[in-house]
Amino acid sequence: MKIVVCIKQVPDTKGGVKFNPDGTLDRAAMLAIMNPDDKAGLEAALRIKDETGAEVTVLTMGLPKADDVLREALAMGADNAILVTDRVLGGADTWATSTTIAGALRNLDYDLIITGRQAIDGDTAQVGPQIAEHLGIPVISYAEDIKVEGDSVIVKRQYEDRYHMLKAKMPCLITALSELNTPRYMTPGGIFDAYEKEVTVWGRADLKDVDDSDLGLKGSPTKIAKASDKVRKGAGEKVTLDASESVSYIMDKLKEKHVI
Amino acid sequence: MALEEYKGVYIYAQQVDNEISSIAFELIGKGKELAADLNTDVTAVLLGYQVAGLVDQLAEYGADKVIVVDDPELETYRTEPYAHALASVIKEYKPEIMLVGATAIGRDLGPTVSARVHTGLTADCTMLEIGDFPLTVPEGKEDTQKHNQLLMTRPAFGGNTIATIACPDNRPQMATVRPGVMQKIAPVKGAKAEVINYNPGFTKNNKYVEIQEVVKAVGTVENIMDAKILVSGGRGVGSAENFQMLKDLAEVLGGMVSCSRAVVENGWLAQDYQVGQTGKTVRPNVYFAIGISGAIQHVAGMEESDIIIAINKDADAPIFDVADYGIVGDLKKIVPALTEALKAELA
Repeated sequence: MKIVVCIKQVPDTKGGVKFNPDGTLDRAAMLAIMNPDDKAGLEAALRIKDETGAEVTVLTMGLPKADDVLREALAMGADNAILVTDRVLGGADTWATSTTIAGALRNLDYDLIITGRQAIDGDTAQVGPQIAEHLGIPVISYAEDIKVEGDSVIVKRQYEDRYHMLKAKMPCLITALSELNTPRYMTPGGIFDAYEKEVTVWGRADLKDVDDSDLGLKGSPTKIAKASDKVRKGAGEKVTLDASESVSYIMDKLKEKHVI
Repeated sequence: MALEEYKGVYIYAQQVDNEISSIAFELIGKGKELAADLNTDVTAVLLGYQVAGLVDQLAEYGADKVIVVDDPELETYRTEPYAHALASVIKEYKPEIMLVGATAIGRDLGPTVSARVHTGLTADCTMLEIGDFPLTVPEGKEDTQKHNQLLMTRPAFGGNTIATIACPDNRPQMATVRPGVMQKIAPVKGAKAEVINYNPGFTKNNKYVEIQEVVKAVGTVENIMDAKILVSGGRGVGSAENFQMLKDLAEVLGGMVSCSRAVVENGWLAQDYQVGQTGKTVRPNVYFAIGISGAIQHVAGMEESDIIIAINKDADAPIFDVADYGIVGDLKKIVPALTEALKAELA
């Protein structure tokens, strides 16, 4: 069995958000990490490997420095790593990104493709389902549990107020939630081996059945009109009062605003 | 793609168990504003099995037309038959705007359909308006600017930045919209919509997955997104037992209790009650932030509340930057005293 896990290198927005003196996001000061949902997807693949001896390939699209997350995945136990990088791929929206990754995946044999549900920089949750659509295979999003059974997968699919147990014939694509598992650490031996291993690097020429007009900024149907740091509502009043004064203060405000 | 052939504002009227989700009415409400700017009307797309009875409700909330695809294959949500149905409606009727809720269904259906009809999709929008793209052009280049475009605004980087996005060369312009952000209109009793029944035909293929079991969560009857008053607690509340003080306050005000992520992580309340980037977006009339420091991810889910009252012992807590009324003080003394004062006042 062959599994491909699509991963992304992202700035760590959780807890470690840093700002420049002018208030803009200081991306250089933020750690670059493997996207959490993707890491859970990789762990799910490695658990299937532990059980069945499946071959796990990790694939990322990004700048050359995304090599770091591929090495991390190799150190966790992935067998092969592919970096898709090319200047013509820059500025891609989710449509162009999924077209690019699908073009890369067409070169590979796979039974199962796993992506994270969403990346913490964009939070769109679109690339996984769009890859499946481009490849013409079924997609199961928001996976909380994945089991392989013969030529099928059984997936616990999360919704707001319920879950569905779904069965899909492979090949198929699953998008993983970080709740799926707790990813393993890299092993010292694994880290050592990871830097010995070859990372395959693919460019535009290696993408199969993809038109130039569907790639990068030019191939992106969505265009950014404006991007800015969030303008927040200004602070109101702030008072320091003892308990009974505080109560009177709140009561006055609630009456003033006709809440009571 | 002949862009001018695409007309009208369409919204995906999500239903689950033959009950229309609140997001559908919110999308109609927003859709009406956009349609007024474009001088067109709002069409709700209703997919399901034996759902004809839901049409009038969509009309009462403002839909001018309802396209119904009614088929046994659509009884329970699955990506493939639903994506086939919605993509077929788009190909047949050519809307210029297609709005979908950013729910666990919409965030699966939206991307699949956008890839199938080859158009852009902007995720989790919090603001939609009609305007020009590019927003401004140099003098003499006015002919390169497109008018009447859907401008879609969304947070990114965990709520730290916002981006406004357009889809100038493809149709429909598609967006998923965060639940709880757009306003529904007051329903007009007896309103009727033009009903169009349409069935593209369903042929099973490799993309149809099998539903083995549907398991509904039990015990979560109340939804914090519906509350007019929320009494929300954070790490500063201190313990699960101390949440009783907040519950008492919520009860006397006819509101509900909600919380920050830290509270869920400590196991004091279930995730259903979590407000913020990874929880729910709420906009109650009054939001009490009690012992909540105000991390950016939390603020992203509550800053649209009409009145924000914060109580925190740390005068430097970032929650005071968004609060209308901030009290630096001891919540364990203030909250019970406030509850008693309200009881006396409302008795």
